[in-house]
Amino acid sequence: MNGIRISPDAALWQWGPIVLNRTILYTWLVMALLVLVSWLVTRRLSTGIKISRGQNLLEIIVMGLRNQIREVSQQEPGRFLPFVGTLFLFIVVANILSIVPGYVAPTSSLLTTAALAVCVLVAVPVYGIAQQGLLAYLKQYVRPSVFMLPFNIIGELSRTLALAVRLYGNIMSGTVIAAILLGFAPLFVPVLMQAFGLLTGVIQAYIFAVLAMVYIASATQAHEKREQKQESGA
Amino acid sequence: MDTNAVIAAVSIFTAGLTIAIGSIAPALGEGRALAQALSAIAQQPDEASTITRTLFVGLAMVESTAIYCFVVSMILIFANPFWNHFLQASAGTQ
Repeated sequence: MNGIRISPDAALWQWGPIVLNRTILYTWLVMALLVLVSWLVTRRLSTGIKISRGQNLLEIIVMGLRNQIREVSQQEPGRFLPFVGTLFLFIVVANILSIVPGYVAPTSSLLTTAALAVCVLVAVPVYGIAQQGLLAYLKQYVRPSVFMLPFNIIGELSRTLALAVRLYGNIMSGTVIAAILLGFAPLFVPVLMQAFGLLTGVIQAYIFAVLAMVYIASATQAHEKREQKQESGA
Repeated sequence: MDTNAVIAAVSIFTAGLTIAIGSIAPALGEGRALAQALSAIAQQPDEASTITRTLFVGLAMVESTAIYCFVVSMILIFANPFWNHFLQASAGTQ
């Protein structure tokens, strides 16, 4: 019964009320890795024709993120890039590092994914209110009529739950399936499943970021569309 | 059978049933979505990137119902909330 853990939340080290588990440890590791790489690369940026490899890589990543955000949201990506880009980079690095032996992806804990989903839940009204003001944002909840108010609120909460459980389920299932296969086909099959897990990890990171962007865009876009309609009508 | 055996048997049986029934509808739905996307790409190869991106997001949303079933079955097998409760209860009576 205890051979397979479906959560890396067991305590590794405890000092009074402070508990350190694998999830926190590897989250810190991923954060440190991201910060270190960006610091090393951005220490000496150049605007000339000759640029370092690291700068080239980061420029490609940032440009790709900006293009994707622009295509998904149909808006200028500048405001959304810090939030959505951070979500994507954190999840993708956390998932890809799972090829390192001994590492457990922090996204295979429901607590991490729930925290990320709550970040999205908070970011949607923040972006929406910053874009179109408090009243106009709140009006979205009673559209098309007041009777839709509870459904809109339930939808907001259930899509947060879906974000969290989707990421958790996909990453956790990769880990569990690899552990089960180790039991009866330990030679090659787990390697294939690990490779498939890498693909799933990248796709899930992409989907998480795109869905976060879609939710934010739906909170910020309605106003602009109405303005465009009025301009074209007038 | 004592209580623990009943809980174990019902949990394992229900876990298998959950993932078996729960994966039917998402499989059919994903197959339909993929077929539609392929025919759309065949008709409009220029829009392939947009179609593929929308397809991935849509597939993930369809797939999430199957993932819910998988999570529920995993919880039933590996982290059954009633298991420890009745284990303690039966240990208390002995």
